[in-house]
Amino acid sequence: MRRIVRIASWLYALAVYGFIFLPVIVLVLFSLQATSFPIPPFTGPSLRWYDAVLSDPRLTSALVNSLLVASISSLAAVTLGFLSAWGFARFVLPGSGLLRGLITLPLTVSYLIIGMGLLVLFNWAGVPKSLLAAGIGHVVINLPLCFAIIYSQMGDHQINIERAARDLGAPEWKVLLLITVPVMAPAIFAGFFLSMTFSWDEFVISFLLTRFDTTLPVEIWNLLRSGLNPKTNAVGSLVFAVSIVLVVFFELTLLRRKPA
Amino acid sequence: MSAPLVDISSVSHRFGQHTVLKDVSLQIEPGSYTILLGPSGSGKTTLLSILGGFVTPSEGKVFIRGEDCTSVPPAKRPTTTVFQDYALFPHMSVGSNVGFGLRMQGVDGATRAGKAREALALVGLASAFDKKPHQLSGGQRQRVALARALVIEPAVLLLDEPLGALDLKLRRQMQDELKAIQKRVGTAFIHVTHDQEEAMALADHCVVMNDGRIEDEGPPERVYARPATRFSATFMGESTILAGTVTEAKDRTSTVATPVGPVSLPGALPVGFAVALAIRPEHLVLGEARGGVRLGTAEVSDVVFQGSFKRVLAVSVEDPSLHFIAKLPATATVQPGDRVAISCDTDQIILLTD
Repeated sequence: MRRIVRIASWLYALAVYGFIFLPVIVLVLFSLQATSFPIPPFTGPSLRWYDAVLSDPRLTSALVNSLLVASISSLAAVTLGFLSAWGFARFVLPGSGLLRGLITLPLTVSYLIIGMGLLVLFNWAGVPKSLLAAGIGHVVINLPLCFAIIYSQMGDHQINIERAARDLGAPEWKVLLLITVPVMAPAIFAGFFLSMTFSWDEFVISFLLTRFDTTLPVEIWNLLRSGLNPKTNAVGSLVFAVSIVLVVFFELTLLRRKPA
Repeated sequence: MSAPLVDISSVSHRFGQHTVLKDVSLQIEPGSYTILLGPSGSGKTTLLSILGGFVTPSEGKVFIRGEDCTSVPPAKRPTTTVFQDYALFPHMSVGSNVGFGLRMQGVDGATRAGKAREALALVGLASAFDKKPHQLSGGQRQRVALARALVIEPAVLLLDEPLGALDLKLRRQMQDELKAIQKRVGTAFIHVTHDQEEAMALADHCVVMNDGRIEDEGPPERVYARPATRFSATFMGESTILAGTVTEAKDRTSTVATPVGPVSLPGALPVGFAVALAIRPEHLVLGEARGGVRLGTAEVSDVVFQGSFKRVLAVSVEDPSLHFIAKLPATATVQPGDRVAISCDTDQIILLTD
């Protein structure tokens, strides 16, 4: 009886993980297909589709655009998130709880709504559709995230550390730069890498807010409109690989605990 | 007489509705070791924060070296603080921690390292220069915090319960070292504690605080032997307190009626005046009434052996609300339940008029 339960639980685990990872495995597997259709039987392995992706100027420029948007918008989001977290943690502000709620509110709003709102706003303000517009959109979605991560790591212990620095003659900007930022570095890096991950494969906002130069997910969507082929698998696998790397960085920085 | 190094003049402070300091004035002499002693909530830590510049008092002024520092920020005043939790910079080496203050003054790297090494040698941690704070024990971190605060040669060093986080043995050891370091560098130290033993061991000048006020201040020997107030008599060491009323005063001698009978004291006091008489535990005599003043009979309620002495608690037979605290030699043979006569010498009675 116990044997059956054990086997059943193994099967269940297998089914769950299969359900989660099978699509990715299929995607990666058929990106190595040697023939022109990403359907069984598997004819690879071959890297010809990766070669095709990397020699496609539209895809490579979209890839560079994506990296630029992701890194610059994440830098902006993490900087603003850090400063607001520091402000909320160190100063008594009127209506602090309400303001904190408001700053994290975009986390609960769908990207479609945020994208539409920005589209209307930019139209009205005369900001053309561009990578910059998409980047601003990514700051809007990632700032609350960075704020939440960094704010959660700002304890009272650091207050005395900052006081000690001031006491020893440090002006406020040096306290921030030499003490608070290095002490908060794990949370800051975690916020940065998570923002990168989200920005990297964000589609809706980029789709709504870019026109000629666009990001990789939008370019992949363009590609998919002409039907499935192993090239889409290859570029999808690349996106996935970069995401994995970013998530690993995120976990390493946030979850690694320094010996106290 | 030279001008005081620190002059706290009529400082009051409120946190919202709550008044934590009530018209406190205090002067600190150069090179002295001052202890602010009091229970939690007495305002001693707030007073230290005001000295350090972390809190601006609601009223009153603070002068350091004759300059008005009342609202000068911590970075710009000649004080440094050793925080209770040490507040070392966890991402910097011990050497960089100690050199931080000099770095802020724009001192070049080589000079900085040299001075940091000297300061670490002063606190006996020369070998820790390249270590990170988390590699050190509590006592060692404490010394690093001390070296970091001393290296920029402040006029006054402020210590906020610096030994509070250490275990008893280490605390006594660090206590001796603190005193030795203070004598060597000659900087004025102001040290906050609630530990009266620490206060007696370290202070040149002991300030007893309670409820936002200074109850008593002076050399610890004087504060212990002749406390100015009832609070001071019970917080700085223990005392048996007898409430009484002056019934007669003539020829420079007053008679005070107490629950255990009349007590004659030198000095003329107004008749009808309510006073309290405090007697230190080591001055109470139990058994054969040998002292000059009889204090009735008491029943021993508890005997606690403490190594070098026995602490005896006894309840007065004449007034059951009166508890005697006595300190007897370790060889004393009293048992709980014994009835003993209590007495003491006239000149050991501390007269409190508050």
